Amino acid sequence: MEKNISFKLKVWRQNGPKEKGRFEIYEMKDISGDTSFLEMLDILNEQLVSQRKEPVAFDHDCREGICGMCSLYINGHPHGPASAATTCQIYMRRFKDGDTITVEPWRSAGFPVIKDLIVDRTSYDKIMQAGGFVSVRTGAPQDANAILIPKPIADEAMDAASCIGCGACVAACKNGSAMLFVSAKVSQLNLLPQGKPEALRRAKAMLSKMDELGFGNCTNTRACEAECPKCISISNIARLNRDFIKAKLND
Amino acid sequence: MINLDSKIPEGPIAEKWTNYKAHQKLVNPANKRRLDVIVVGTGLAGASAAASLGEMGFRVFNFCIQDSPRRAHSIAAQGGINAAKNYQNDGDSVYRLFYDTVKGGDYRAREANVYRLAEVANAIIDQCVAQGVPFAREYGGMLDNRSFGGAQVSRTFYAKGQTGQQLLLGAYSALSRQVGIGTVKLYTRYEMLDVVLVEGRARGIIARNLVTGKLERFAAHAVVIATGGYGNAYFLSTNAMGCNATAAVSCYRKGAVFANPAFVQIHPTCIPVHGDKQSKLTLMSESLRNDGRIWVPKKKEDAEKLQAGTLKGSDIPEEDRDYYLERRYPAFGNLVPRDVASRAAKERCDAGHGVNNTGLAVFLDFSEAIGRLGLDVVLQRYGNLFDMYEEITDVNPGELAREVNGVKYYNPMMIYPAIHYTMGGIWVDYELQTTIKGLFAIGECNFSDHGANRLGASALMQGLADGYFVLPYTIQNYLADQITVPRFSTDLPEFAEAEKAWHNRIDKIMSIQGSKSVDTIHKKVGHIMWEYMGMGRTKEGLQKGLEELKKARHEYETDLFIPGSKEGMNIELEKAIRLYDFILIGELVAHDALNREESCGGHFREEHQTEEGEAKRDDANYFYVSCWEYQGDDKTMPVLHKEPLVYEAIKVQTRNYKA
Repeated sequence: MEKNISFKLKVWRQNGPKEKGRFEIYEMKDISGDTSFLEMLDILNEQLVSQRKEPVAFDHDCREGICGMCSLYINGHPHGPASAATTCQIYMRRFKDGDTITVEPWRSAGFPVIKDLIVDRTSYDKIMQAGGFVSVRTGAPQDANAILIPKPIADEAMDAASCIGCGACVAACKNGSAMLFVSAKVSQLNLLPQGKPEALRRAKAMLSKMDELGFGNCTNTRACEAECPKCISISNIARLNRDFIKAKLND
Repeated sequence: MINLDSKIPEGPIAEKWTNYKAHQKLVNPANKRRLDVIVVGTGLAGASAAASLGEMGFRVFNFCIQDSPRRAHSIAAQGGINAAKNYQNDGDSVYRLFYDTVKGGDYRAREANVYRLAEVANAIIDQCVAQGVPFAREYGGMLDNRSFGGAQVSRTFYAKGQTGQQLLLGAYSALSRQVGIGTVKLYTRYEMLDVVLVEGRARGIIARNLVTGKLERFAAHAVVIATGGYGNAYFLSTNAMGCNATAAVSCYRKGAVFANPAFVQIHPTCIPVHGDKQSKLTLMSESLRNDGRIWVPKKKEDAEKLQAGTLKGSDIPEEDRDYYLERRYPAFGNLVPRDVASRAAKERCDAGHGVNNTGLAVFLDFSEAIGRLGLDVVLQRYGNLFDMYEEITDVNPGELAREVNGVKYYNPMMIYPAIHYTMGGIWVDYELQTTIKGLFAIGECNFSDHGANRLGASALMQGLADGYFVLPYTIQNYLADQITVPRFSTDLPEFAEAEKAWHNRIDKIMSIQGSKSVDTIHKKVGHIMWEYMGMGRTKEGLQKGLEELKKARHEYETDLFIPGSKEGMNIELEKAIRLYDFILIGELVAHDALNREESCGGHFREEHQTEEGEAKRDDANYFYVSCWEYQGDDKTMPVLHKEPLVYEAIKVQTRNYKA
């Protein structure tokens, strides 16, 4: 059995979007290494409720790394210290006895704070609504095997489609750019024959919406790729840029 | 008076749906624009329904509790989606998918609904591919398939271990397109608390804005709930933390009958419970059973040493391993349906052969598969699941532990059954309409297609079938009569009353000011349910469970503490509202399980088993859907109504996975 650890938690508290935030420090004692990071926050919240205080609000849902709901900037990294994992997949055995662990919300103009560690990510939905789809009607399309798709293309599309829309790329980016998110969706669809007819229109529409919503642009620092819990590659951004330029040339 | 007319269309089973569509009423395009539909939930069923209805021209309001429709828990489904394409040329057909699903459900599903499900399954695959869902493919460019439990063909389509994610993102894309066009209006971070009835018809909802805490009213010509199952009543389950039954329970309170609540699925391959601080259980995809072999030590002494930590799984030599599923069920082996696999694991653990420090786990081993296919192929298939397992448990199932006389032993995974899915739910007829006119229920929150046990890769199939291909048709048969009904005002007294009732309830919750947190009571409720309404149920246990739940409700009503206020975001209040309804669901499960004096599918009454420990069904007395009508929160027992099952196409038999 692993040894339990004790540590300090420095957590961002903010009552509402317009209110001033501050760090609060909490002592956590005797936490088992098999506790997930969010379960550790559950323990903190149980403590706070038992002291008749308001618990820390944080977004979470599936707790298995796929819904994209959990966020958190932990010790300066979106989704914490592990690579290729979301916050809910981090276990306390990654931290040491006596550590101070700093927990903040995503910090970006595109994601205003709602409360404590919860931010508003509806801008991602708006980008999707601008073009993140294939315009196909519900009904009876042709047989699923009518268009053959080479395995490498399908696999590449699948890799891009692994994006969970969590917003870590924006939080990691010094420009607050959503290019990795946009490029992942554009790549998935533009790589596949089903998405080709609208490829250029899609690239342009989604990028324009991203700009309009106040996200920054890409300067190739690759922080997004390094912090992405799903290892989305920035080669997708290159693909997006190619399609965007083609679309512009067609104008 | 409750009317349980299932409205199954006339004709042979294969022609029923075609006949229905040929003769149903439709709504013309100009009238569609004047009709409003509320869809609650944005999972596979909700998102696909909202997108399809919006595209047809209805005005749709779509609600979800998360920050985005894409978060719905359908996203976590790993393994795949079934369809009878027969691309593998292994003898599959619509009839066979239908038959397997009915048999897998232990002959407690409604035959006509299941046939329709199997019939539209192929169109789902076509639809998803057209949307750009990147299903796994073979080198020739054709779609790939894998096998799942309860079937002898490979009919499961998949996208790595993330099939639910890709299908949901497909539906979310289609939904986003309609939101962009303006046919669907989205309400995120809203929770439906009540359905509003005007002159006996569902005409709207009361929803709580989870950011402001305000109660808001929404009116429409019809209401569709697609709000998932009630697995979180057990506290620990594979459901997401936010999954809850409040929307469904509010419909039940207003008169929608609740069907087969005792039919709860316990998934055999989850990571075992490790401690009392745990918040959820993680599922390991059923696809692992394609290549993984499930075993426990033959000798009890070995099991004891494994529990004490003095032996490791890989230390047990081949001859001392009991591959109990292969032994008991030679024809299906490790691919028996979930209920059978779960019970077999419990049986071995109860007999003292369980592993892990709790004795409540069995091994899932890949040594044979790695020997046969090579580590690379195994990692290609299950690498992401191995990584996930390692992150959680610190053990890598792809790591060679030791080699004896050329036999390589890899670290086995440890697994144990956990609550995963609920077959029971709001009763619906063939049109997916509940016993309340104008109220429809789709996806996991209805009861319709899986009988007493759901087969793997069938939940995604049902969610999308309901949302894309069934509800958009059947709801028109209802709405066609509503074209002259003008839009409703939310100022009607029915809306005001419903809102007032909820204000009162929330004030009551906030005013208790006791000493227990929501989770403290929820954990208690979960323990009660797992203990008495879990894998093995007895009359005494269920009665005890009911008493315990009553105590838990009393504790809730007198000793709950919610910090903060009802204004603004209050996560404890959100959980408290849900917990109250989970207790009600728990009682429903117990009442239904007590009434059903037989064992079938996920419902196992220990009094009713064969000498070999298999489930013993009683078709003479229990060949019906149990439908429960609400009478009051804790005062009166719900009233049982029965929808007799009528099988025309399939001969009802004892399930046999042995030969």
